[in-house]
Amino acid sequence: MLELLHKNKQQALSELQRAADSTALKEWRSRHLGKESALMQALGSLGSLPAAERPDIGRRANEIRRSLKAACQQRADELRRAELDATPAAVLDVTLPGRPVQRGRLHIATQTLRRIYAIWAEMGFQVYRSPDVETDEYNFELLNIPAHHPARDMWDTFHADTPGVILRTHTSPGQIHAMREYCPEPIRVILPGMCYRYEQITARSEIQFNQVEGLAVGKNIRFTDLKGTLSDFARRMFGASTGTRFRASHFPFTEPSAEMDIECFLCSGDGCSVCKHTGWLEILGCGMVHPTVLQNGGYDPREFTGFAFGMGPERIAMLKYGIEDIRYFWGNDLRFLEQF
Amino acid sequence: MKVPLSWLKEYVEIARPPHELAHLLTFAGLEVEAMEYIGLPQPQQERQQTKITGLAWDREHFVVADITAVEPHPNADRLVLAQLNDGERVHTVLTGAPNLFPFKGSGTLPAPVKVAYAREGARLYDGHKPGREVTRIKRAKIRGVESYSMACSEKELGISDEHEGVIIFDPDAPPAGTPLADYIGDVVFDIAITPNMARNASVIGVAREVAALTGASLRPPSWKMKVKSSKSSALPLPNIDIHEPKLNPRFTTTLIENVTIAPSPYWLQRRLRLAGMRPINNIVDVTNYVMLETGQPLHAFDYDVLCRRASGKTPTIITRLPEPAEKLTTLDGVGRALDGFTILVADTVGVLSIGGIMGGGESEVSPTTTNVLLEVASWDLINIRRSVHAQQLQSSQAGYRFSRGVHPAIAPRANRRAAELMRELGGGRIARELADEYPRPFPPVVVELPLAEIDRNLGITIPPDEVVRILTALEFRVEKEGAVLHVTVPEHRLDIGVGAVGIADLLEEIARIYGFERIPETQISDTTPPQHSNLALETEERMRDVLVNLGLQEVITYRLSSPELEQRTLATATGDYVTLSNPVAPERAAMRRSLLASVLECAESNARYQQRLALFEIGPVYLPKSASTDEQPALPREPRRLVVVLSGSRSALSWTDRERSPVDYFDLKGLVDTLIDAVHLDDVSVQPSEHPSFRPGATAALLLAGSPVGFFGELHPHVSAAFALTEYPVLAADFDLEALLPILPDHHSTKPVPRFPAIVEDIALIVDETTPASEVTELIAQTGGERLAQVQLFDVFRGAQLGAGKKSLAYRLTFQSDEKTLMDKDAARLRNKIVKRLKRDIDAELRSA
Repeated sequence: MLELLHKNKQQALSELQRAADSTALKEWRSRHLGKESALMQALGSLGSLPAAERPDIGRRANEIRRSLKAACQQRADELRRAELDATPAAVLDVTLPGRPVQRGRLHIATQTLRRIYAIWAEMGFQVYRSPDVETDEYNFELLNIPAHHPARDMWDTFHADTPGVILRTHTSPGQIHAMREYCPEPIRVILPGMCYRYEQITARSEIQFNQVEGLAVGKNIRFTDLKGTLSDFARRMFGASTGTRFRASHFPFTEPSAEMDIECFLCSGDGCSVCKHTGWLEILGCGMVHPTVLQNGGYDPREFTGFAFGMGPERIAMLKYGIEDIRYFWGNDLRFLEQF
Repeated sequence: MKVPLSWLKEYVEIARPPHELAHLLTFAGLEVEAMEYIGLPQPQQERQQTKITGLAWDREHFVVADITAVEPHPNADRLVLAQLNDGERVHTVLTGAPNLFPFKGSGTLPAPVKVAYAREGARLYDGHKPGREVTRIKRAKIRGVESYSMACSEKELGISDEHEGVIIFDPDAPPAGTPLADYIGDVVFDIAITPNMARNASVIGVAREVAALTGASLRPPSWKMKVKSSKSSALPLPNIDIHEPKLNPRFTTTLIENVTIAPSPYWLQRRLRLAGMRPINNIVDVTNYVMLETGQPLHAFDYDVLCRRASGKTPTIITRLPEPAEKLTTLDGVGRALDGFTILVADTVGVLSIGGIMGGGESEVSPTTTNVLLEVASWDLINIRRSVHAQQLQSSQAGYRFSRGVHPAIAPRANRRAAELMRELGGGRIARELADEYPRPFPPVVVELPLAEIDRNLGITIPPDEVVRILTALEFRVEKEGAVLHVTVPEHRLDIGVGAVGIADLLEEIARIYGFERIPETQISDTTPPQHSNLALETEERMRDVLVNLGLQEVITYRLSSPELEQRTLATATGDYVTLSNPVAPERAAMRRSLLASVLECAESNARYQQRLALFEIGPVYLPKSASTDEQPALPREPRRLVVVLSGSRSALSWTDRERSPVDYFDLKGLVDTLIDAVHLDDVSVQPSEHPSFRPGATAALLLAGSPVGFFGELHPHVSAAFALTEYPVLAADFDLEALLPILPDHHSTKPVPRFPAIVEDIALIVDETTPASEVTELIAQTGGERLAQVQLFDVFRGAQLGAGKKSLAYRLTFQSDEKTLMDKDAARLRNKIVKRLKRDIDAELRSA
């Protein structure tokens, strides 16, 4: 009987090599490993054999069954590989444009504001907002700019028909709001927002623009801190090697007042058309908070000091991206906005 | 303020090169905006710190020369031939300068006429062309006479635009052959004067700064005048009557008799021109010269006109406010109505001039004037500023200075200085001592400055000696007492306050002269303040991120708009606008009430160039409040809104997508659904609605607790047409973020990922056309309970076989349990329950396949 099984095995293995597809393999499987196959019949009739022969024949028959099964699996794998090998090459022009993906974007002004927020947030300055439509008192008087004072010539103001109401010319009224809200706590805030100036709209001047102002008030805030903090900001905003310089200037709500220039990031200070060959870009105004303003905010200037600064996000974006016309910002031409 | 270097050097020693001086001034707060080099070579620098222009005069080619005779041209009446000695030899120089014609044909002149001479090959500006065009002098024959060099006008040398005649120097000019650059080479600094530096709108003011910055000493001019000895024959000075001492704290006069009105000497004319003023005659020029020198404006009257008006009696000068409807024709020829607040200089007959701003035409100095009354007065800066604005006289040099503040102490000094100059240049005599009415003397200002304040504010310690040196150089009087400085403010400045303000004012002076660059940088060492979050901004920015992720482009539009523009949205105006009293344009005359109108305006301007618009803006609208309290004017509410506008093709032009359909309501609805889902706004719902801006039947309201917080849908065809958006349907949403942002949850709960397999079944239901899909969906979800994991509407079908007024809604139902694997029978039970409930509640029929 074992001889017969061995002979069958040899035949099965040679038939297997001739099975050329999955159908043939299925037939082979049923012929040699199915219920009707000689092998399975033999295994089924083991009980009728003498007890002494049973274990040996059973073990040998099972070995044959395992080897046939393994051979079948191996043949199946071969056939599968051959099938995959036979997959034809694709016929594509891989250079054709892909399906368009419609991407949304933030306005460049928002992108710039967010960058400024993020840097100041890491430096411990949180955002404080105040209204666009303001009183003359908050926009000017409480900031040490009395009515008819010559310093008022520094701002061309939109006046509302309601007396005493104006469109804020800077975010500085927020300084008073923040101080009055937080007094006597120390303060570190930035004050972003839209500001308005009565001007002709040209490539260089707009009637509305964003400003980000900053304010630090405490019992130990000094001019050296102002310089250090703003230089740190410049290095974060414009690059680690950015140099800064401070020139004396004048704002009624700070004293001493300064303008901060940064080394031109386009030419690294060598001089180019953007920095008008000076190597420097005027980037923000700053100063120590004027004692009158501290007083108006509720802080005793003999005890508290503070510094403040203000910058224009659109101007920064114009410098960074070489935008030559400020009207592009609120013109919202998608051909402009989609470049960011 | 234009300051010539040569003038500056009269009051202070300057050793360093001009561009270094400019740098020093700029860093000290006197920004040098431009420098013009007049004849001198420009610095060779890589970086130009200021704008530099100018023409250098080659020392070989430009020299002082003597004209010894002027002869007629043989062939031309409008030309003359000058015999000119340039220090080396005599040339015949051809010229058409009208100011040489008076010397024609008088043979050898008794004294040579000294001129600026350019030799052959010199590079200079073309005097006959507009602007500044450089040319080179070449040899040429003009009407038969050879010409190769020239006597120059100021324009040709780049001193001013004066080109009518050649420069004729004063007789004390250096000898012929002296290089011109050595004689009148100069640099003009154009300095921006900030409001706190009014005192520096003067050459002496700038010189004082230079002295403080460089350590040189200031050399002011003499303030003395020489009064004639015989008082008996002197004309009387007018009486002075000040009605408003607050507005006119001081009024001084001097009288210069027997002057001869003539052109000023060349040095004075040149200085005025370099400073940007036009020479008129010796008297007027002196008033301008002393104003530029001291910062104190002066005014010269024709004394005899005043006497005539006083009918021969001693005139009386009255400073007062206008009578009702009083008028004055000023010396610029303009007839002016005078505002009630404008302070005037008048006599007993009527008004003579607008105090501190501009004189009247009648009493001005004329070529026939012989006796000059010089007025030097002080005025209230606020009042002057109001009048300057009211009269539109911002170009008045006097008004500019008085409106920024001129200390009354300067008036008598400037008066004597000018009278003395008039005496010297006009050949007259000063009749009497100065008359001085000073009813409101300004008290001296003293500031107590504890030295510790320097460190507390600036963060550095400056040696007390250095502090005293800086303040003294700026002419403060300083007394040190222990650790405190008693600082008396000099009598030329009004910008130093008292108390804490005075201390800050002095700290600024100390810091800017010490040098900001010398002050080190430190990190803030103060206590970190309590931290306050800004939830409103955070949620707003979160909303922006979601909208960008949905493929929308953010726009930021003008917040200034107009009711007319906003009426195009057909939304009836339900309130007032914040309107402007000085708009730049009618279309920007009010603060917007509608963000939708702003974004539609933006869509309108983009539609021509774009096939697809997918825009959003988050921003405030301005809603005036009706009531105002007594103390404060009412400010508007500024609630934030969100507007989305979609229009055009759904997809971008691409070979992959041949069928390009326009966006419709469901594109917008998809956005709104996703937005609500993304920010986990579980409490809002959508229902059919009406709104004047939207197309009936395609309008939905977003509801929060039953009340609308916004509308969306297809724009009303009239509105689309009003914004010229007619090619495609326009979809828009306009939501009130003030209502939505505060309820955005900042956290939400999650469900575990299912562990057991789901069973998916599709059912189609026939319902009435009028039944909203949301109702069917809601019923299914409710009935299915927690084992119905998902309900998706995937088909809406209408057809004759369904019957009129019916539609079929096909749903895919996903059944899943988190406790066990559901069997088909579990799903079937739920399904039957759902079908039964729908049949009962809304008469829905199961549609057989």
